[in-house]
Amino acid sequence: MMTMKVSRKEVEHVAFLSRLALSEREAEEFTRQFNQIFKQFEKLNELDTSQVEPTSHVLQMQNVLRQDSVRSSLPIDEVLANAPDREDGYFSVPRIME
Amino acid sequence: MKYEVVIGMEIHAQLLTKSKLFCGCSTEFGAEPNSQCCPICLGFPGSLPVMNRKAVDHIITTALALNCTVARESIFARKNYFYPDLPKAYQISQDDQPLGERGYLDIMDGSRRIKIRRIHLEEDAGKLVHIEGEPFSLVDYNRGGASLMEIVTEPDIRSAEEAAAYITELRSILRYIGVCDGNMEEGSLRCEPNISLRLHGAKEFGVKAELKNINSIRAVQRGVAYEIERQSQILDEGGTVIQETRRWDEASGTTISMRSKEEAHDYRYFSEADLVRVVVDDAWLNRMAAALPELPQARRERFIAAYGLPAYDAGVLTESKEIGDFFDKVAAISHDYKVVSNWIMGELMRLLNETGQSLEQSHMTPEVLAEIIALVDKGTINLKSAKEVFEESFHTGKTPSKIVADRGMAQISDEAALSGIIEGVIAANSKVAEDFRAGKEAALGFLVGQVMKETRGQANPAMVNKLLREKL
Ligand SMILES: [Zn+2]
Repeated sequence: MMTMKVSRKEVEHVAFLSRLALSEREAEEFTRQFNQIFKQFEKLNELDTSQVEPTSHVLQMQNVLRQDSVRSSLPIDEVLANAPDREDGYFSVPRIME
Repeated sequence: MKYEVVIGMEIHAQLLTKSKLFCGCSTEFGAEPNSQCCPICLGFPGSLPVMNRKAVDHIITTALALNCTVARESIFARKNYFYPDLPKAYQISQDDQPLGERGYLDIMDGSRRIKIRRIHLEEDAGKLVHIEGEPFSLVDYNRGGASLMEIVTEPDIRSAEEAAAYITELRSILRYIGVCDGNMEEGSLRCEPNISLRLHGAKEFGVKAELKNINSIRAVQRGVAYEIERQSQILDEGGTVIQETRRWDEASGTTISMRSKEEAHDYRYFSEADLVRVVVDDAWLNRMAAALPELPQARRERFIAAYGLPAYDAGVLTESKEIGDFFDKVAAISHDYKVVSNWIMGELMRLLNETGQSLEQSHMTPEVLAEIIALVDKGTINLKSAKEVFEESFHTGKTPSKIVADRGMAQISDEAALSGIIEGVIAANSKVAEDFRAGKEAALGFLVGQVMKETRGQANPAMVNKLLREKL
């Protein structure tokens, strides 16, 4: 039997933050998978890393920068090509109340 | 007041870059909606961000100006939240290892020090447009992905006046170093104070409310003052303040509770694998430090010490860099510094305000002002004419000597010419002349007035006085 680190409620919260609708079965399944993943990390945690610098990136590159120059943008029609809805050159979304 | 006011300030400043933070789309204001977008700033799958060097330069410059430690190694993170102004559903920002940390800004003539917690670089969001009565909102992503700087203070601000002074000084610095235009009305500088109250001596902070929609310095002061009043009333009545975001409403002069975007902020920061770390070496840091201009506070102190100006003048003259630069240039030619200051604070600022022009847009130059001051000094024109000359030069760029010649403004300082006129005036007013000779000093004023009238105000008043006395 596995100890439950992540509750189903937490999985549902994370799904809500990402605006994902989970079915009963999916919520069940993802809770199981999350806990499995956590268990793997616990295994990794057994390693003593006190003498190792944290890695911020797998590549050893640094300062990949560009000059501040303007390049042409997309035509508005292409910008809006994948929009579910549009209005006068704008993306149209369900009303947001502030 | 029985409560101590505790204010922390978060500001967002749009950086002055031609292109966006991670792509080459233009940042020009006022373009057609969604005309400045590309696969990168729209967050299309497979696109990759490449950071704008100028934006990093601007953050380093700001960090130095605000006495921060510049991180030698800085990393970027994804801040996740779901909102239509954010096409990727995450904002590239910084969490750990921001570019600048632990600085300070002195305000109120150096009597108060506000500590800066951090300065970081992030991308801006798009703009939402709401139309009254419609079931939809519109999104324009032109601003999305533009470079934005966030500056966060420690909770060191203690009053509405200090909050306003902090923003005033900060805006002035950002303009001096050329990283942000500081326009609060258009939203290129946005400030969000968070305000809480606690009993004097209390260890714990009170519950804070965050203010949004502040678009002028005056609104900072009024909004914070209102919020202090609102919270102290609640506490006085034994109530509790709710942690929330409130919108400043200019029309009613009050703050209004906003419904929160998401139940609780849960940004799930994690590192941005599409960007590698930024390493600032000595050479880069030194280059930025060397390019740092004189800052407003140092300039104020120099104007007082080197030019002997009153503190008030020094404050007004250094608020904008271009006015301060202008003063320095005139002062290099004209050495009566208070006179130079009066001209700039008076006529120049009046005309700039009236026309809405910047100094650069006007025709006024340091040489022109210095010439006008010299013409008054030499007695060629009087102060009244000088102001007219100034105004004409400001609008047309004509040189003062040409205006004086064209308009026949030169004062009559020629003794022979004045003698004739004065003798005529004495002859025509023999009764008044008698009164003066009998000891009535005031009679002289009348005679001077008559001479000025005869010469249509162009006689040199000092010379008229002298000649009148001689001839009487
Ligand atoms: Zn773009």
